[in-house]
Amino acid sequence: MAPVHPNLRAALHHLPVHLPIPVPRQFGRAGKRHMSEKNSLVILVVTPGCDQFPSLESVENYTLTVNDEQCFLLSETVWGALRGLETFSQLVWRSPEGTFYINKTEIEDFPRFPHRGLLLDTSRHYLPLASILDTLDVMAYNKFNVFHWHLVDDSSFPYESFTFPNLTKKGSYNPATHIYTAQDVKKVIEYARLRGIRVLAEFDTPGHTLSWGPGVPGLLTPCYSGSHPSGTFGPVNPALNNTYEFMSTFFLEISSVFPDFYLHLGGDEVDFTCWKSNPDIQAFMKKKGFGEDFKKLESFYIQTLLDIVSAYGKGYVVWQEVFDNKVKVQPDTVIQIWREEMPVRYTKEMELVTSAGFRALLSAPWYLNHITYGPDWKNIYMVEPLAFEGSPEQKALVIGGEACMWGEYVDSTNLVPRLWPRAGAVAERLWSNKMLTNLDFAYKRLAHFRCELLRRGVQAQPLSVGYCDVEFEQT
Amino acid sequence: MEHRGLGWPRLPRLLEVLAALAVQAVRASAIAAASPDLSLWPMPLSVQTTPRVLHLSPDNFFFGHSSTSKAGPSCSLLQEAFRRYYDYIFGFYKWHHGSADLRVGVELQQLQVSVVLEPECDTFPKISSDESYTLLVKGPVASLTANRVWGVLRGLETFSQLIYQDFYGTFTVNESNIVDSPRFPHRGILIDTSRHFLSIKSIFKTLDAMAFNKFNVLHWHIVDDPSFPYQSITFPGLSEKGSYSSSHVYTPNDVRMVIEYARLRGIRIVPEFDSPGHTQSWGEGQKDLLTPCYNGKDPSGAFGPINPIWNTTYSFLSKFFKEISTVFPDEFIHLGGDEVDFDCWASNPEIQDFMRNKGFGRNFKKLESFYMQMVLDMISAINKSSIVWQEVFDDASKLMPGTVIQVWKVEDYTREQSKVTEAGFPVILSAPWYLDWISYGQDWKKYYAVDPLSFEGSQEQKKLVIGGEACLWGEYVDATNLTPRLWPRASAVGERLWSHKDVRGLEDAYRRLTIHRCRMLRRGIAAEPVFTGYCDHEDRM
Repeated sequence: MAPVHPNLRAALHHLPVHLPIPVPRQFGRAGKRHMSEKNSLVILVVTPGCDQFPSLESVENYTLTVNDEQCFLLSETVWGALRGLETFSQLVWRSPEGTFYINKTEIEDFPRFPHRGLLLDTSRHYLPLASILDTLDVMAYNKFNVFHWHLVDDSSFPYESFTFPNLTKKGSYNPATHIYTAQDVKKVIEYARLRGIRVLAEFDTPGHTLSWGPGVPGLLTPCYSGSHPSGTFGPVNPALNNTYEFMSTFFLEISSVFPDFYLHLGGDEVDFTCWKSNPDIQAFMKKKGFGEDFKKLESFYIQTLLDIVSAYGKGYVVWQEVFDNKVKVQPDTVIQIWREEMPVRYTKEMELVTSAGFRALLSAPWYLNHITYGPDWKNIYMVEPLAFEGSPEQKALVIGGEACMWGEYVDSTNLVPRLWPRAGAVAERLWSNKMLTNLDFAYKRLAHFRCELLRRGVQAQPLSVGYCDVEFEQT
Repeated sequence: MEHRGLGWPRLPRLLEVLAALAVQAVRASAIAAASPDLSLWPMPLSVQTTPRVLHLSPDNFFFGHSSTSKAGPSCSLLQEAFRRYYDYIFGFYKWHHGSADLRVGVELQQLQVSVVLEPECDTFPKISSDESYTLLVKGPVASLTANRVWGVLRGLETFSQLIYQDFYGTFTVNESNIVDSPRFPHRGILIDTSRHFLSIKSIFKTLDAMAFNKFNVLHWHIVDDPSFPYQSITFPGLSEKGSYSSSHVYTPNDVRMVIEYARLRGIRIVPEFDSPGHTQSWGEGQKDLLTPCYNGKDPSGAFGPINPIWNTTYSFLSKFFKEISTVFPDEFIHLGGDEVDFDCWASNPEIQDFMRNKGFGRNFKKLESFYMQMVLDMISAINKSSIVWQEVFDDASKLMPGTVIQVWKVEDYTREQSKVTEAGFPVILSAPWYLDWISYGQDWKKYYAVDPLSFEGSQEQKKLVIGGEACLWGEYVDATNLTPRLWPRASAVGERLWSHKDVRGLEDAYRRLTIHRCRMLRRGIAAEPVFTGYCDHEDRM
């Protein structure tokens, strides 16, 4: 085995690869058992790239060969090697006496979709750094490769900005304890990278921005009650030059802090009532010839923002409203589809987005924060991302999907059991062959995997009645 | 009216007193609500606070026994409670203490506890236990007075909830006068340790949280179809063959520890050994107990509910319940009796003969009744009282007075309450409080809005509702998600069962519940959020 690179060394730690691994094999007539001991897994990576960041284009293929002669993991890139190591760790089993075994195996594997993400919301509830890092660990066990970090929103602004420190000082729940410092952010990005996970940072505007207001006076639109300000605020004010100067500076910081090519710029649920009430905005609308159509104003804002971000050499992902409201976006924009029924059923939305030539990410049926009684993992699992009307070219534009764990009712007390093993159903749907739809087969493996998660110290909740050999115990 | 097993000689008087206090309470609550940091949960019957504050210092405050108290340092239940509550109040902020000269304002140096009647210190709590108390918070010595130790425990919890830290970190409490007692005497949580095993540690945590919410009954649904974790001394095969594994068991010592842990918190353990249905796991270790199902003339290989026609069934149950009655000290045993599937019985030729001989026709409810009556008689013969699920009443020909009926079916449950109380039986309400039925959003509000006495019935009938239970069935629950799923949603049920019926305001409840939730977090209970927001000290897991 070549010197073990930090990427790979980190992935090896929970895995007894250095212990002798007998491979049981039966000779024909004599029935004599011949144990072949494996004392190393040889890894061969074809293309260098250990110190790089994973990207949407990363090749995650690998093959795994375990037989008498060899114990060999071959991959194109280090990212594939990470995926292969996870699979390898899942193949090792123990007999009742305690002996570690691995069966003769031939695996050829690669993901169905390149973007397999998980969204966490750290604005509605602050999540301690440890919770985020732990989540990245379990994402790796499930071969998730994108951490969509919805950092800020109406409720709080925990991201520590160095160009606008007041954003955090005035916008966080508690600027001493409920923040992510620059160091914290670096830690997340590197921890993710070592697991082949991209960090897709989202700074959602112009809506969902109430917490930005206290730190940047004049940024948000003052709502009016008749001819007087009501005292409340609405979305970012698109009518002021200052707004775009601010966004320019702010997103320069964001572009430099987050290395992934893509940034998520939000653009969802913009409430027009406040804009409508504001006389300055009414005047602006008139000047621009937008009439009464506030979608045009929203368009104007977002287009300007997208141009700013493009100039920094970034690509972007936006929520579907940006597409629905006919904002003019660059052709390589990724549209994230999250609305189940409105304005159309999400399958129809997939059709519309891809027929317009945009790449799509599916999230609508995978809102894991929407809990219900019973084994809802089955519904999650049975979603077929490409089950919409469209040509093969259109279907090719679906680059993957994301399970979303919005934070209104979630924090570190219930995040882990609510995420796992349910998110595992999304993980398989995005990685594995589309033919894999047998629920009994899935149940057997997912139930076993849940017990394995427990063994690895993950507080994953039960799928249904039953038990694991070692149950979870609070430390 | 004779309520078998419910010795309530003082009940009418208590109701009078409650009625008088109720008038005070509604007015007092308004004052209480005005005080910014006041976040009592559940809301006591009567609270009067003033803006005058007292300060406490961890190295100059203690819990003491008044000289006239009938309880003293020999009462280990109280000594344990003093230690616990000291920790809850001060424990998380251990700092080096500065000079005593820096103390300003009036100090609160002692909470003096006075037990008026025979304390019942070394006894087990009962349905008739007196949990009332009064709390007078004034400097330098506050007083907590109660008839029994059970009231002291409730009062200590309230006292600990009155204390807050001001902007400078000073432990502060407002001068207050609280008079409190519960609306319902049976306030329970049901846990299910058969669908999923729950470690003793997780049961202890649950008991801790129950005490913070003034719950006083843990309904331990200990065995069921999937597994039999209860290690029986008389019939060791039951858990040997019926538990998930030899580590998924409750040894006699485990059970003793749970009972004592609960007792120290004024919580009763009511065990449930559900039969004749829900008994698949019993058949593993006890041959010839369950009914062999038939496919035509031949046994199918499958088994159904307990076989009600064999004498061996009753001799087994008799011995088994004798053991249960000695292991579990509570006066009540829950016998289950729910969801009996008649198909297997109907298929069995021996049972068909029995039905014919008894003149039951094709009415298997009569057979179910026959069985339940035998078991109920067994329980009363060993001087215990029974609780059963509502089917036992619904399907019964004749039921012993004093049997407590637990109403659990959601459809038309108020009508069920009317029927059961009209027939003179006490009721435990669970139907609207199945907490395992999770959904998206703030469902605590709908649990809070339930009125346990909103059914059609006379005053006499209403008195038969002894309380309710929040149920957390275990199909999808184990130690990984039990605590966040129970709390703070069960807290809503806790207030509904303790507080006055007029304490219903959702806005004030929301404010108090969010603070109460943060308090539970500080005390090591991973209660999930009520809504968007934060606690000063996030979960330290």
